[in-house]
Amino acid sequence: MKANDLIELAGRNLRESSFRNSLTTMGVAVGVASLVAMLSLGAGLQGLVTSRFDRSGLFNTIGVFTARDFRGMERGQRRSGVLEASVRPLDAAARKEIAALPDVVEVYPEIRLLTDVSFGDRSLFTSVSGLSPSARQNEAFENMHGHFFSSPDAPEAILHVDFAREILAPANASGDTFSLPAGPGAAAAPDVSDAQLNSLLGKQIILHYGERVPAPPPAPAPRAAKAAHADHLRAASSSAGASPADSSAADDSDTVSFSVVRRDQPLRIVGIVDMAPYAGITASSTARVFIPVGLAEKLHPAMASNLRDIMQARPSSSEDYSALIVRVDDPARVQPTQDALKGMGFRTFSLLDATKSLRRVFVILDLFLAIFGSVALVVASLGIVNTLVMSVLERRREIGVLKALGASDADVKRLFFVEAGVMGVAGGAFGVLLGWLIGRAINFGTNIYLSRQDLPHETITLLPLWLIFGAVAFAVVVSLLSGIYPAARAARLDPVQVLRYE
Amino acid sequence: MSDADGAPSAIRAHNLCRHYTMGDSVVRALDGVSLEVRAGERVALVGASGSGKSTLLHLMAGLDRPTSGSIETQGRDLASMSSGDLAVHRRSTVGMIFQAFHLLPRMSLQENVELPLRLAEVARDDRPSRVREALDRVGLAARARHRPGELSGGEQQRAAIARALVNHPSILLADEPTGNLDSRNGDEIMRLIGSLNESLNMTVVLVTHEQRLAAAFAERIVVLSDGRLAAQGPPGDPALEALR
Repeated sequence: MKANDLIELAGRNLRESSFRNSLTTMGVAVGVASLVAMLSLGAGLQGLVTSRFDRSGLFNTIGVFTARDFRGMERGQRRSGVLEASVRPLDAAARKEIAALPDVVEVYPEIRLLTDVSFGDRSLFTSVSGLSPSARQNEAFENMHGHFFSSPDAPEAILHVDFAREILAPANASGDTFSLPAGPGAAAAPDVSDAQLNSLLGKQIILHYGERVPAPPPAPAPRAAKAAHADHLRAASSSAGASPADSSAADDSDTVSFSVVRRDQPLRIVGIVDMAPYAGITASSTARVFIPVGLAEKLHPAMASNLRDIMQARPSSSEDYSALIVRVDDPARVQPTQDALKGMGFRTFSLLDATKSLRRVFVILDLFLAIFGSVALVVASLGIVNTLVMSVLERRREIGVLKALGASDADVKRLFFVEAGVMGVAGGAFGVLLGWLIGRAINFGTNIYLSRQDLPHETITLLPLWLIFGAVAFAVVVSLLSGIYPAARAARLDPVQVLRYE
Repeated sequence: MSDADGAPSAIRAHNLCRHYTMGDSVVRALDGVSLEVRAGERVALVGASGSGKSTLLHLMAGLDRPTSGSIETQGRDLASMSSGDLAVHRRSTVGMIFQAFHLLPRMSLQENVELPLRLAEVARDDRPSRVREALDRVGLAARARHRPGELSGGEQQRAAIARALVNHPSILLADEPTGNLDSRNGDEIMRLIGSLNESLNMTVVLVTHEQRLAAAFAERIVVLSDGRLAAQGPPGDPALEALR
């Protein structure tokens, strides 16, 4: 029998006992709805978590270091002159090469400095980080006071709210210069109102920093345009016991040699954030003042890593980066990009492993939700078996007649399979609709609760396309499996016996 | 394959046995029956209840398989066919009618008649004309949309005949077709079957326990007794009269 005839006959048979078949189909629908509701909750929670991580940049960011900087480097190897000489520097050429890699959308240096920032007559010691333009997507900037940087190298600053509170607080009785803990939230900051925070916008702070100036420095001359005053410090490193006179020669023999010139950079406060944005591997999460990374690069600030290079007598130039942050377009491309970077001779670090762990947790969660959701569908499948067995018993004569008219055992079997499949499709489709409604109800109820807690609305359940088709397909498979026994029983009926006694 | 008269053989059974095991005993429903039916012949199988006439009809239809022996139609032994081939035989070579009509009550007459066409995978476009032709032949074209429950017994049996004819079988197997009808309707059905035999040159094997009906309809009467062929011959044959 052709498929369309089978479907037509199956549909007619199902309509004959419409009430019983509707109840059975409803059973399948409830089973599918339970499965869909459970999995859409899992998908929603996963989406909620991963979207936050994705927006934070955690999962598509790679930190790139020179081989010698990485923790895994043995101390002995680090001191090996041969190895040190062969280490590829993380310089402008490397940055350009990395930027040309496929899937890489952004490469910028990680710039973090611990320094003084003054506001009016107050000076505070804090941590300053460079932020890339892509950080604008970060959820930290969603409900910020003010706005993001107007350009990648604008002389602007965004403050962490704790820092803003500190500079708004009354001057410390012991003096106007004091140290602050480097991390946000590390110290209790005085409460200030939104209006007071907003009053900071447009005001100016001064960043005091040390600029790295390539050696040998000529007679110190302050830059009139940028610095009100400048104190020069000559930093040089070569082999142990080298005299200052040796340092100029050392410039030509792979040693570090640069001057640090004190500079002041005025910055306009354009924003205040409640939470620290993530924009690098180590830096930004603990910073309290953020400046555009383009501006940070232009400042050539001396950082802790430069001093470390000097102390460890490493060959490097003042133009080398301590670390580069590489952003790829898709978290899935992190691993291949990391492999490529390692192939270029660099060490890398990413939170890929953390991603994998998180995804593993969600797979397990989904599995458990699916198992619990499937219980109702398994119960519904027993309903299908019952309905079809009843149908076989009631339609013994019909089956006998069909066989007498030329239906094969396979035709009879297929007819019952199609009936089971139709119940599966109908139950699956209706179940998806029901599951979606349950999901909407969960979302609605949750958001009422969140509103009462003064929290923003969230999407707790999600119904992705794969779940819609997967649930219907699963319902059909379960229904067909349920149809195996009744169909086999129908096909086994002896037409002679049936036609003689029915 | 033809007999002495030159007519080809429609059905040829040789030493046909159908035994059933019931508990410890064996029921010999058919026991060594050999029989040949010529194409276009009208044969009546008669005998008492349990004589094996319906069993022989079911073996001819391919609804059952013999325990031993052979039964051939169109030169092929049904005993050695697969169940799929037997299904093809049932939908293309034979048409069956039953005492209880066995129309499907939830379908209209035209849908009942269309059923064998669905099973034979006849193209949808060809089906309406085939159904109309079959219903015309039994005089029920006007009742095509009626359900079996809306028809008299005689009309239902005519509809069953239309269903049996719609695939143009060469053999019509009728199992007590008048058993549920009064004598007037019974005679009418037998006249219809007779006319089909003549107009379509269709072989007809009729199972009945009514000697009168068999004598009026058949060219040859086969008498079965306890699963064996007791006698056969044309109506009025003294050998048959002796068995009465």
